[in-house]
Amino acid sequence: MLEFLSRRLAAALVTLVLATIVVFAVVEVLPGDPALVMLGTDARPDTLAALRAKYGFDQPLLTRYLQWIGGLLTFNLGNSHAYGTSVSKLIGDRLVVTLPLSALALGWAALVAIPLGVFAAWKHRRPGDWGVMGFTQIGISVPNFWFGIVLVLAFAVTWQWFPAGGFPGWQEPLKSVHALILPALSLSLGEIAILTRVTRSAMLDTLREDYVRTARAKGATERRVLFHHALRNALIPVTTVAGLIAGFLVAGAVIIESVFRLPGVGQLVYDSINNRDLIVIKNVVILFTILVLTVNLLVDLAYALLDPRPRIRA
Amino acid sequence: MDSLSRRHLFGAAGTLMGALATLSVLGADALISEARAQGPAKDRLVIGISLEPPVLDPTKNAAAAIREVTTPSIYESLGRIDRNGAIGPGLAESWSISEDGKEYLFKLRPGVTFHNGEPFDASMVKFSLDRLFAADSTNPAKSLYTDIDKVEIVDPATVKVTLKSPNSFLLYSLSLGDAAIMTPKTAPTNDKSPVGTGPFVFKERKEGDSITLEKSPTYRDPGSIKLNTVIFKIVKDPSAQVNALLAGDIDAFPGFQAPELVERLKKDPRFAVVIGTTEGEVILATNNGKKPFNDLKVRQAIAHAINREELISAESGYGVPIGSHFAPHNKAYVDLTKTYPFDIAKAKALLAEAGYPNGFEATLKLPPVGYAQRAGEVMANQLGKIGIKIAISSLQWPQWLSEVFKERNYDLTIVAHTEANDLDRYARDGYYWGYDSPEFKAKWREVLAATDFTKRDELLKEAQRIVSRDAVNGFLFQLAKIGVWKKDLVGLWENSPTPQVDLTGVYWK
Repeated sequence: MLEFLSRRLAAALVTLVLATIVVFAVVEVLPGDPALVMLGTDARPDTLAALRAKYGFDQPLLTRYLQWIGGLLTFNLGNSHAYGTSVSKLIGDRLVVTLPLSALALGWAALVAIPLGVFAAWKHRRPGDWGVMGFTQIGISVPNFWFGIVLVLAFAVTWQWFPAGGFPGWQEPLKSVHALILPALSLSLGEIAILTRVTRSAMLDTLREDYVRTARAKGATERRVLFHHALRNALIPVTTVAGLIAGFLVAGAVIIESVFRLPGVGQLVYDSINNRDLIVIKNVVILFTILVLTVNLLVDLAYALLDPRPRIRA
Repeated sequence: MDSLSRRHLFGAAGTLMGALATLSVLGADALISEARAQGPAKDRLVIGISLEPPVLDPTKNAAAAIREVTTPSIYESLGRIDRNGAIGPGLAESWSISEDGKEYLFKLRPGVTFHNGEPFDASMVKFSLDRLFAADSTNPAKSLYTDIDKVEIVDPATVKVTLKSPNSFLLYSLSLGDAAIMTPKTAPTNDKSPVGTGPFVFKERKEGDSITLEKSPTYRDPGSIKLNTVIFKIVKDPSAQVNALLAGDIDAFPGFQAPELVERLKKDPRFAVVIGTTEGEVILATNNGKKPFNDLKVRQAIAHAINREELISAESGYGVPIGSHFAPHNKAYVDLTKTYPFDIAKAKALLAEAGYPNGFEATLKLPPVGYAQRAGEVMANQLGKIGIKIAISSLQWPQWLSEVFKERNYDLTIVAHTEANDLDRYARDGYYWGYDSPEFKAKWREVLAATDFTKRDELLKEAQRIVSRDAVNGFLFQLAKIGVWKKDLVGLWENSPTPQVDLTGVYWK
């Protein structure tokens, strides 16, 4: 077990080091001069040079890479060039919007998708199944920002049950949850569709198993067969996919945050790319790499605990 | 792993999801009733802006959004630009200019205090002006102030500014946010916690969301300020802007960017849609330093191919045709739209004379702004009619700045030049159009030296004619300012002579 763990950890570390190199390289080749973006079209060449020197843009690439890594290792991420504030504070302030938004969307997706998937499997090749599959087809095809705009028109503009956008901040917790409901709904649409399909096919697989037939043969009720026997095993692939979806949610948040004007990480990345705030882009991307690696590591661990086979093979 | 712990796991997950759902519903209920109980506040104004100011100090960054939020609400300058673009007294009560146009004597306004309690005097003016043109200055508009030779304190209420050579736009330049008067104590930190002398103090900023200002208790004329709280909300997406207005989250959007969405707001009886002028000339910027655009005949052909009516209709009809690089509402404006009237036959003939009877291929690099994207498609089509085959490529803003503006690696681009008095760009060496005309440079020196403003206006007209005649760029139209606000809101600027939101005369009916 210890060997399995250390191997996985080492693999994750190597991935992380490679990721820092790739991220650094990509950010550095982005066309555009950060100093020119800050000072605009009237800036004189000497002013631009002064600003570049101030932020160290004139240093050699290797020095800048090592400075960045040094900062990461000592948890000193430096200051954003565009905003002047510390990068860790900037990211922290945005995470408190994006993480709850993603969690809410994921929770909502699971809450809707799992029962729907079970239902579709139960009604396999009957109208109920077709209905659910039709719905998932729409859910996958409809862009979530469009769905978001429709939700705003209906629930914020026409009925005014929800704000049309914005985020009050967690010092007002009720208002904040309220502000996240419509964004979470629109963000979850595609995920609901995917999770429903995964649940349905996982359920269909387990429903074909011998032990399910045995359960039915010994006279278990249909509900007990579905939820107690079949669903529990079907949930293993569903959990895996839900974990993968978490990564997509953060990506989807970029657009949804723009539609609902939520000051989240997605907007931060978007603005930083437009401002060529290189230091912020690098650190946010690496932060998410670490998050994804951690989630993967945890999933690996969970498998090892749930199912002894990968432990032995590893 | 046994089924017991797995059951716990699923049980916990289920409980969590249930809790989330309950919380959502509870949250919704509580807030609907709260929202309905709140009436409209008459001393509070929520203003929408489409770009976020990166910092809150106009002397550190060129972004127009900084000026919208901070000048003249937080910071003031020596002069003050009024709603018609005229210069009036700001922190300087009055001034006199010497005969030769090289000495400016500013009499400062008494009884002014900074938000941190420091009294305002000549030493702050010297400090603020000195750092504009200092050798290590990183002020984005440094080039406007490099004619200044020295700034001297005559007495605590008088400052003398001496120029190396006359500059008839100096008063205007000293009225911009770029020349905001700051105190040395807070200048280094003004980007995050701005301190000025204006009618509003900075209260808080939520990055990515909003900036809140409050009425200053130390303002010299507190009775004139009717608003207690002003919130600038950042809304980038045009349809989110409309939704925020319709839902009542925002009271006013002074610089609405999406003309195609305005009709919807016009039909709503709650809003006034006010069309005004801006200093933004939208031009088909042309690389005069590159073949075939270095040929006057080619540029004249392009000028004849421009159908301004069609371009403006792509802006839903908002915009005024221009024939040179000058704003039609300026009193020194001269209508040159007929210098090269729309005439496809003539355009084709000129192209043939220049040696391109079958036209040529060119690229049109567009910045990521609505007007450029809209005009770009129309322009490509119009040039196609005279045989110039256009390939459009869309750039991010930083890319545009580097590729087009700095490296001059382009054929054609569409961009609005939004600064006032920006005809001087045609006299600059190495500017991205690659236009180099000794005649224009000489004319511009005359303009700068003219301290008599009637004479200056005449010279400005001559300068416009040179630029128009040389067809330096394709001159398309003047951008309109589309303001949308609640009908009972009074006092917001109808026009935009400079990118600022002056809140001093704003109140609710």
